[in-house]
Amino acid sequence: MRTFVGIDLGSTTTKAVLMDENKEVIGRGITNSRSNYATAARVASEEARIDARFTLFRRALHVGEAGHEHSAEFLAALERNFRLIQFLEQLDDLEETCHRQLEADRFKSIAGPLQEALHIIFARLRQEAASLYAPGAKRKSDFFRDIAGSRFHVHAEAVAREMGIALDMVLNAYDKSIIEVENRPPGGDLSDKFRRAVARMLAADSHAADGEGDFAAMIESALGIELEETYLVGTGYGRVTLPFSKEHIRSEILCHGLGAHMMYPGTRTVLDIGGQDTKGIQIDGHGIVENFQMNDRCAAGCGRYLGYIADEMNMGLHELGPLAMQSNRPARINSTCTVFAGAELRDRLSLGEKREDILAGLHRAIILRAISIISRSGGVTDQFTFTGGVAKNEAAVRELRKLIQENYGEVTININPDSIYTGALGASEFARRAVAA
Amino acid sequence: MTVIVGPKTKPPEAIKDASMARQKQMVNAHYDRLASAKERGEKVAATFVPGNLNELLMCFDMVNNLPEVNAIQNGLRRQSGGYVMEAEKLGHSEDVCTYVKSDIGMMAKGNIGPNGKPLPDPDVLLLSYTGCFTFMKWFELLRRQYKCETIMFQTPYLADGRITTDMISYMVKQLRQDVIPKLERISGVKFDIDRLREYLRKSAKAEDDHVWVLQSAKHKPSPIDAYFGGIYYIGPIFGAFRGTDDAIEYYKFLRAEVEQRIAQGKGPVTPDGNMGQERYRLVVEGPPNYTNFRQFWKMFYDEGAVVVASSYTKVGGTYDYGFRHDPDRPLESLAEYCLNVYTNRNLPMRVDMLENYINEYQADGLLINSIKSCNSFSAGQLLMMREVEKRTGKPAAFIETDLVDPRYFSAANVKNRLESYFQMIEQKRAGFRGAA
Ligand code: SF4
Repeated sequence: MRTFVGIDLGSTTTKAVLMDENKEVIGRGITNSRSNYATAARVASEEARIDARFTLFRRALHVGEAGHEHSAEFLAALERNFRLIQFLEQLDDLEETCHRQLEADRFKSIAGPLQEALHIIFARLRQEAASLYAPGAKRKSDFFRDIAGSRFHVHAEAVAREMGIALDMVLNAYDKSIIEVENRPPGGDLSDKFRRAVARMLAADSHAADGEGDFAAMIESALGIELEETYLVGTGYGRVTLPFSKEHIRSEILCHGLGAHMMYPGTRTVLDIGGQDTKGIQIDGHGIVENFQMNDRCAAGCGRYLGYIADEMNMGLHELGPLAMQSNRPARINSTCTVFAGAELRDRLSLGEKREDILAGLHRAIILRAISIISRSGGVTDQFTFTGGVAKNEAAVRELRKLIQENYGEVTININPDSIYTGALGASEFARRAVAA
Repeated sequence: MTVIVGPKTKPPEAIKDASMARQKQMVNAHYDRLASAKERGEKVAATFVPGNLNELLMCFDMVNNLPEVNAIQNGLRRQSGGYVMEAEKLGHSEDVCTYVKSDIGMMAKGNIGPNGKPLPDPDVLLLSYTGCFTFMKWFELLRRQYKCETIMFQTPYLADGRITTDMISYMVKQLRQDVIPKLERISGVKFDIDRLREYLRKSAKAEDDHVWVLQSAKHKPSPIDAYFGGIYYIGPIFGAFRGTDDAIEYYKFLRAEVEQRIAQGKGPVTPDGNMGQERYRLVVEGPPNYTNFRQFWKMFYDEGAVVVASSYTKVGGTYDYGFRHDPDRPLESLAEYCLNVYTNRNLPMRVDMLENYINEYQADGLLINSIKSCNSFSAGQLLMMREVEKRTGKPAAFIETDLVDPRYFSAANVKNRLESYFQMIEQKRAGFRGAA
């Protein structure tokens, strides 16, 4: 099967999309961008390939079709087992790496106890791993770094206390290792991992395979479909640092324009608020960019701005929107300058203004800036599509809807749940066209 | 022998063709002449590039000193950043034209010219006002510093888009009653109109070849880059050489060089050698960035983008529309010259000009480099862009940098926009092909 890959190397996350010849997205993958874009690209596209396998399984198992109710459960269980296997493999890698760190001079004096502590911690991590991937288990993040990191801290604290050794030494070994592990794309044969996941699942629950057919055989046949990477296009800030040749690179402005067009063929105006920049893009009926404007060298009002605010308020980035939503009297914040916003924030807090009102005001300030960029690019025409990480923030979306309505009247506003993949989607379509042309 | 290679090796020397080397020589010679003017008893006039009256100044044996050119030279030599900061220390805001601040900062630091020698104090400030208010403020500052006489030569703005006989007679009157008598008094030299005629005759000759060179960009591939390369080509004619034999020689030489390139089917010369295949032909509006000039240029030629026409090369005169200095109407033609410079033209005229360039030079589109600290150029640029887009149907794009303030050049941002723009052109072409 011929596939086409689009990779969007954003400043905070790297996304990959795998498309088939019928322009259908068969896989998506995401990972956090690191200083090493090449690894991020490899990890994201590996994730997309895994996701594509699940799409093929879904097709083979006829998930979603009447009379195949059981197969959805089977697939969900398979995914959990697969993720667990992946997690355990990376855990092995992490443990090994941690042990290697102990050879350094710094650890020499207490290498013995540290070694033992690590053994205990990893044993506990492994023991609880299955529960992390149990049916219905909630995970805050799907990135190994986040899951393993938070659990490691919990166990390390306990073990250090029990053994009476310095916690910071244990954490140090971890900190030194995690980046290395994270920068090592998962190795091993994918099909093999899937097979192990099936086996593990059947061992745990032999009834899992009862149902609408021979699931194991169906999986096996889906694994037999070769995913041929026909062409790849990269986009995003990291694109130039990748070993892509020129023909394999498209600017993210074009990719976002095309990606938005593919999601909503009727769209004419696209707003993308990314980590480092905000772009207003006008496209025609074929998804071709007609005009664009973006922020100048100053990134105030972009995604990072929310990050600063979150730090300033000692909150998680994802908590900002919900809190701002509780406000019905947004404060008037006039500065979109990151530094000023921080000062204004502290000022207002000290005056006793409510956090939610201030936050709502900050969201409004960001959107005001975005509106100015859009209007410079030619305004809003029906339909309007909002993409980028900030499109996930409900408070930002609320302000955007309000301001668009005030300035441009009734227009359809599209926000796709997969909007984070818009750039990668456009890139994969460029890849497909490069071959089709 | 041990060779120690420093962590920062110097970038390879820029490749220059003979005319560029010659141009550089001329600029250097002028700075040397300027630096030693007082020793030879010559008087110095500070004046601006747009609408400068070089031929007239020569009639009074004066050397001209152009503060904008000093700022540009300091920008290219990476001196301007420090000067701008110096001016800000003195209280000038971040938003002020950075040419002004570079100039003020240079004065504050001993007024050392780009050739490393101190520049002489001007004996007179000759302000031919052509469209930029900053000029007036700038010379007010200089007047305070040098306590010398200021002559104001008022050029009516072409608000209605045309030159009237009233405008010309108003300006000629100023020349007769104010400018010339004052220059006579300051210099101690009697005005001789025949001398002026002779200089104007020489100007016109150089102007012919200059225009020929700029218009050579109509060829495919274009033998010149009319923006980045254009900076070199306008130096002599917009600077201190109009009216001299040197300028005539230079443009003759340049023309021969370009003729040869055309004959050989060559594209422009870049600092990295001959440009590769011409892939995009652009019209550019707005001044370039000087502090990162080479890096900025590279973003174009690396992609095969050549600028075939630019408005910036018309800031010191729009000769390609037929204007020539005329020895038979000496004062009148000085007036017309000032009236015609790009900054003195209203927005509809500028739009017409850009539209024209796109059509005549068969360009793929318009690129605007909007300068943060230049209000004169930047006002109305978005509007112009929309209008040109509408009329030509060609894509346009907008980038933002600064003249000589290195803090306002974000390479990643500019490159991102440029690449998007080039790909946009590509996509449009493919789209049209697909539709056909
Ligand atoms: S035209 Fe622009 S660059 Fe020139 S002096 Fe005026 S403000 Fe400065």
